[in-house]
Formats: sequence, C-alpha cells, structure tokens
Amino acid sequence: MAKLNDRGFLQASNRQPLLFDWIFSVDHKRIGLLYLYSVSAFFLVGMMLGLLIRLELIAPGPTIATAQTYNALFTLHGVVMIFLFIIPGIPAAFGNIMLPLQIGAQDVAFPRLNLLSWWLYILGAFMALTSLFSGGGPPDTGWTFYVPFASETPTNVSLALLAVFIIGFSSILTGVNFVTTIHRLRAPGMHWGRLPLFIWSLYATAWVQILATPVLGITVILVMVERLIGLGLFDPARGGDPILYQHLFWIYSHPAVYIMVLPAMGVISEIIPVFSRKPTFGYKAIAASSVAIAAAGSLVWGHHMFVSGMSDTAIMVFSLLTFLVAIPSAVKVFNWVATLYRGSISLEPPMLFALAFVFLFSIGGLTGLVLGSASADVHVHDTHFVVGHFHYIMFGGTGFAFFAALHYWLPKIFGRMYNMKIATIAWAIIFVGFNLLYFPMMLVGLHGMPRRYYDYLPQFQNLNVIATVGSWVLAIGLLLMFVNLYRGIRRGTAAGNNPWQAATLEWVVTSPPPEENFSQPPQVSHDPYDLQQAGKP
Amino acid sequence: MTDLPFSTIEAVDAVFLYIFGISGLLLLGITATMVVFVIRYHHRRHPQPQPSPSSKLWLELVWTLIPTLIVLSMFWYSWEGYLKLSDVPPDALKVQAEGRKWSWSFNYENGRSSDRLYVPVGRAVRVAITSKDVLHSLYIPAFRVKKDAVPGISTYVWFRAPEVGSFDLFCAEYCGVSHSSMITTVEALPQEQFNAWLKQGKKAAPVEGPALLTRHGCSGCHSVDGSQRIGPTFQGLFGRQVQVVSKGQEQNLIADRDYVQRSILEPQADLVQGYPPVMPSYQGQIPRDELELLVDYLCSEALSIPPAGP
Repeated sequence: MAKLNDRGFLQASNRQPLLFDWIFSVDHKRIGLLYLYSVSAFFLVGMMLGLLIRLELIAPGPTIATAQTYNALFTLHGVVMIFLFIIPGIPAAFGNIMLPLQIGAQDVAFPRLNLLSWWLYILGAFMALTSLFSGGGPPDTGWTFYVPFASETPTNVSLALLAVFIIGFSSILTGVNFVTTIHRLRAPGMHWGRLPLFIWSLYATAWVQILATPVLGITVILVMVERLIGLGLFDPARGGDPILYQHLFWIYSHPAVYIMVLPAMGVISEIIPVFSRKPTFGYKAIAASSVAIAAAGSLVWGHHMFVSGMSDTAIMVFSLLTFLVAIPSAVKVFNWVATLYRGSISLEPPMLFALAFVFLFSIGGLTGLVLGSASADVHVHDTHFVVGHFHYIMFGGTGFAFFAALHYWLPKIFGRMYNMKIATIAWAIIFVGFNLLYFPMMLVGLHGMPRRYYDYLPQFQNLNVIATVGSWVLAIGLLLMFVNLYRGIRRGTAAGNNPWQAATLEWVVTSPPPEENFSQPPQVSHDPYDLQQAGKP
Repeated sequence: MTDLPFSTIEAVDAVFLYIFGISGLLLLGITATMVVFVIRYHHRRHPQPQPSPSSKLWLELVWTLIPTLIVLSMFWYSWEGYLKLSDVPPDALKVQAEGRKWSWSFNYENGRSSDRLYVPVGRAVRVAITSKDVLHSLYIPAFRVKKDAVPGISTYVWFRAPEVGSFDLFCAEYCGVSHSSMITTVEALPQEQFNAWLKQGKKAAPVEGPALLTRHGCSGCHSVDGSQRIGPTFQGLFGRQVQVVSKGQEQNLIADRDYVQRSILEPQADLVQGYPPVMPSYQGQIPRDELELLVDYLCSEALSIPPAGP
C-alpha cells in the first residue's frame, strides 16, 4: 500500500523552478497531465460557449447576442471542442500516461517529440484564441470552413486555419510516437494477443492520425492560399470547384470522428471487464473491430455530401460503405454486453459512466443509420437532427468515456480517491441533463429546423426550450463532477495501488506511479483481463 | 423504369419508418439485456462471477452476420428511395431557383419571377437550383427534399405538393450572418389559380417599392426604419452625407440618385465605412424598369426620417 506522502512522479525534483519542471518535462506522465489540464480547461471553455448558444436559442429572435456573435459562438464552440478537447482528449492525455505503463515500458519511444507535440498544441490553441481578437474579428464560418464562404468572409479565418494546421501536426507526432512505442517497447511477454484493448484502440487511432491528418493540413493551406492570393481553386468563376473542398475536408474530418471515438471505445473495453469481475468477452473481436473501424471509416467521408450535388454513383458507394462501418461498432456493443453475462457487477462511478456510454453510443450509432441512408438523409441533413446525433456520439460517447477514464484512472495518477457518493449523484444529473438537451434537438431536426440558425420559426420553440433547460441541468452535473474530482485529488483518502482490483500493468506499480515506472522491465505472464492475477505483472 | 410514387414524401417516410423501426427494436433489445444483466448479476445478488467462455465463434459470427444483413437491407431500401427522389416525372413543371445572400428568387419559363415558390397542387415540379455567391441549400421539410445551391453548377429537386397551402422553405447550408432569415414559402395553389398567377407575367400591376425590397432580397440586410442590420439603413438615405471607401480612398459624398443606383449595381465601388464588403452585385439581375422604380422609392419621401415626436 502506497503511503500518501510518496508522491511518485508528482514529486518535485528541485532541479529547476517547479513550472519548468513540468512544461519542459519529457516524462510521458507529466506530459499526459499537462494535456489533461489543458483539454479539461478547453472543455470548460467549450461548455460555456455551448451554454451561450443554448441560451440564445431559448426563444426565436435576438435573445442575448447578435447574429454575427452567434455565428462566431458556434464556430468557436466547434473548433474548441473538436480540435482542443475531443481529438487530443483521451489519446494525448490518458494515452500518454497509460500507454507506457500498460505495456510495461519506461516511456514512449520519442519523449522529446512528445513534449514538442504538447507545445505545438498549446501554440495552436494560442493562435486560435488570438484570431478572436485580431484582424477581422472572430471567424464566422462554422468549424467546417466551407468555401466559397470561408474564402470571402472578412473575419479572421486565415489565422484560425493556421492554428488548425499546427494542432494537426501535434496530432500527427503523437500518432507516430504511439505506433513506434507499441511496436518497439512492449515488455517481455507482452505479445500482441496480450495488449490491453485500450492499447489496441490507441494503435488503430494512431494510424488514422498519421494517414488522415496531412490531408487536413493540405486543405487548410489551400483555403489560406485562396484567401491570401486568390488562387481560384475552389472558385467556379475561375474554373474551380467548391465541392472539391468538401471532399478534401471530409477525407480528414470523417476519419477524425474515429480518432475521437476509438480511444473512447478502448476505455470502455478496459472498464467493463474489471467491474464485472470477468475477462472481456470476445477480446479478438473487439481488437479486430478497432482496426476494421479505422480502415473502413477512412472510406465513408462522402456521406456528409449526399445533398451537395455530388454524382449519384458516388452517393450509392458512400452510402453502402457507411452502412458497412456500422457493423464493427455493433460487434463491440454486443461484446461489451456479453461481458456482463454471469459477472459480478459493481456499479462504481467508472462503470456507471461506461454503461451510460454503451446506451448513449447506441442511440448515436442507430440515429447515424438514418444519416447514412441516401434518401432519409436528404430530409435531416444540416438540421438539428444531425447536431443531436453527433453529440450523442461525441459527447454521449467520447465525453462520457473521458469522464469514465477520469474516475477510473485519477486514483492511480494521484494516489487519492474521490467521494463515490457525490460522483454517483453527479453521474445521474449529467445523464438526465444530457438526454434532456440532445434528444429534443433530434426531434426538432426531424420537424425540419436547420442547424446554425440564429433565429427560428415559432413552431420550433417548445423543443428548444426543453433543450436549453437540459443544458443547465447538464452544466450543474458537470460542475459537481469536476469539483468532486478536484477535491478528491487534493484531499481524498489513499487509493492504494489497485483500488479496482484490475489486472492490467498500470495497477502493479504504486499510485502515483514512480518516475521511472518500473524499476526493471516486468515479465508479463498473464492476459490483461485475467482478474485472478490482479496486481501481478 | 422505377415506379414513380405520388410524391417524394412517401418515398422518404417509408425509409425513415423502416430504419427507425429496426433501430428502435435493437436499442430496446440492447438496453433491456444490459439492465437485466446489471440487476441479475449485481455483486450483492451474485458475489462470485461464474466462469463463462471468453469467446464463442458461432456467437461472434451470428452477431456479425445478422447486422450485416440488416444494414444491407437498409442500404438497398434507402437507395431505392433515393432513385425516387432523383427520377423526375416527365411532365414536371420547370422552375429555376437562385440563392443569393440572403434570399431566393424563383424564375418561371414564361419570364415570371418571384421570391416565393408558387406551384400548382398535385403537379410534379422540378426546381433547378444554383447560387449567385456562396453555398446555400434549398430545403422544404414538408416535402422531404433538400439540395445544395452551388455557384457554377445546377442541381435540382422535384416534388409534388399534395394539398393547397403554404409550406416553409429554408436555406439549410450555412451562408453567413442572415442565414436564418433566408426563409420563404412554397405556395401551393389550385391549377387554375396558379395559371392565372403565372399569366400575370410581366404585366403584373405596378409593383410598389416595399415589394421590390423583399423580391430582390434587400430587406435581409437593410432596414427602412433606422434599425441596425448588416448594411446601412435606407431610412433618410437620400441626401445623407456618407463616408465611403472608393478604390481604397476614403471620401465623403452626398447620397444622390447616381450613388444609390451605383450601390445596387456595383456595391463595392463606394463602400460605406464600417460595413463589410459582402453585398453581391445586382448588375443584370434586376430588370431596368424595376431598378428605376427601386431607386425612385429609395430616394422618395416615404423613407425620410420622421420628425421627432412629442
């Protein structure tokens, strides 16, 4: 049992000022924590922006902001949440901390590159913030930067695009680092069939980051060139094609959805067996489906463009591929549910968030079938139905998995336990608020309310009021959760090395883990979910 | 040859029903199983996990193959629905729609144009869509049709209004600050009334200034009561001293007829300071007679600033 005064890697080295000890550290755990603090801070910023958007939509007509401000709000909400929270959220924060621990390594393969990734991320974030207060003012294009609008609007789009470009590089470097680490630094005995499922999901994600992100880089550069010197690549008056932009954008941005959701699935695959006290059902099927999602998910971008004017043949092919990518996701869900069978289930906070994930992700996935449909999509495309749907995936899925990971791993990282009762109450409030917020959105979309509308017709008001009230409930739950976690890591009781009796390697070391992780490379002797062997390498 | 349905509404709704029906059952099944397992195998009721196999090939195959068949059927049914949306009945009435920031204009084959989409009830209508500036999207929720308006290319939708009435028509592709004001209606009229409306053609009763402001989409950005919108207000415009930027040079000028007309045809020529350069040119977009009427109206007493009340 670790003592509370043993602070492991959190211990100040006294070699240099404390701040430098962190922001120039090449220890994967410290870099992971830097990411964790940064993404959590941006989550709170994005959440405030979301609350303002919902407040504006509580009634038709101007409520709290002008149309221009509203357009900047939803653009910023999207950019912050996607590029600064969800994409780096689980892989760069928890992945960085847990990847070397779970495979029995001392660090990632390229520790300095890892630090550079974080610095690039911060530089990009800083530039994104600067774009709000300089040049032509906050960008108003939506996070999709569709041309010709994005090449014409006088707002400060170029700087925001440069920020996205730089953050993209951070993401590529993390991907390169993780792939190399998983290939080269596994401890003796940690063969591919013994990799924890979280690692499998990080591995699949990393490949998507490496292969898809450069396309985003090229795309934003092209829009910047279009804005700065008027190349005309997307301008039909000069032989360009605006639909070309949409292809380029979604070639990255649809796979990016899998960058966001695969690591979340990995977290859930870690938690469910531990709290069911049973090995995961279908280890190979879950691992293989991660890779299948990453591969097939790279070929479905065209389903964002069914009403764009794209050819009918392309619509048929993209619709078919989109339906096929639903299969590996369904396989995962079935395997998670089957893991519960004949287990001994305890409903501690990480498990509650994981079960909520399975439910909300199922809703998100099933409503996605409508959007993959060549004909049904025509009605709901670019309506609030889409907004509701992707929040079920991104927030109900990845967001809830992020919260599950916080409750599961913070006791390991800080060696202290939060208050379980408050965590459970916060979970319940978040769950209720979430559904109150996003379910009515899907309904109002089915009734025909387009998205990105500052003002709307009176027949849409009732559902919008419910959604706005839901956003307040959700915010209260989230604040309660964060306060409880903060109090836990500051003043909680000692968590011990292995509070959940899990069998993966990170639970073998002390909490917080020592600076060098393992004093000698562990000899791995059992499967990651062989819970009889909990606490042994 | 596909069987043409009576309208696009049935074609799309049948697909919705099919997908939502199966999805609802799946969600119910997954959730119920999960809840039952959590209750039945809760550690208080079930303190010892029972050994069960860590995988079963036949089970994995079953729950891979069944969803595969389900999604393939969904795909095929959806595609059939899509063909019904793209196959236009041959007798369809042809209308041209043009989106621009931030209004629609609908042009009929006999030269009639309108800011509302008038259609005869029961007859198929094919709307060819394009855009003058950025992307827009023509969306009529009641008929389940939507298609982007893309500058430089022509897209289309078709539909058949099932009954007399007024149906909302939205812009669904984000297009800037007044995106959510880019709303108009489809007016479905009985055939004879529609014919009469169409025949009025150019001989329509002289249009009033205010009607021209809506028809050409001016009022999306310019108010007539002094209130602040995207562009300067029309109230008190005539004779007002305006600070403009012309070819990069700042200058002051007095708004006269020439200035007003130039600002409609070449909005960027003398750009009023403090306003974004977003207005599209109306060169060739507005008939000569209507342009004159519009300039008359903009310079008329009707828009002068009312004396301060008591």
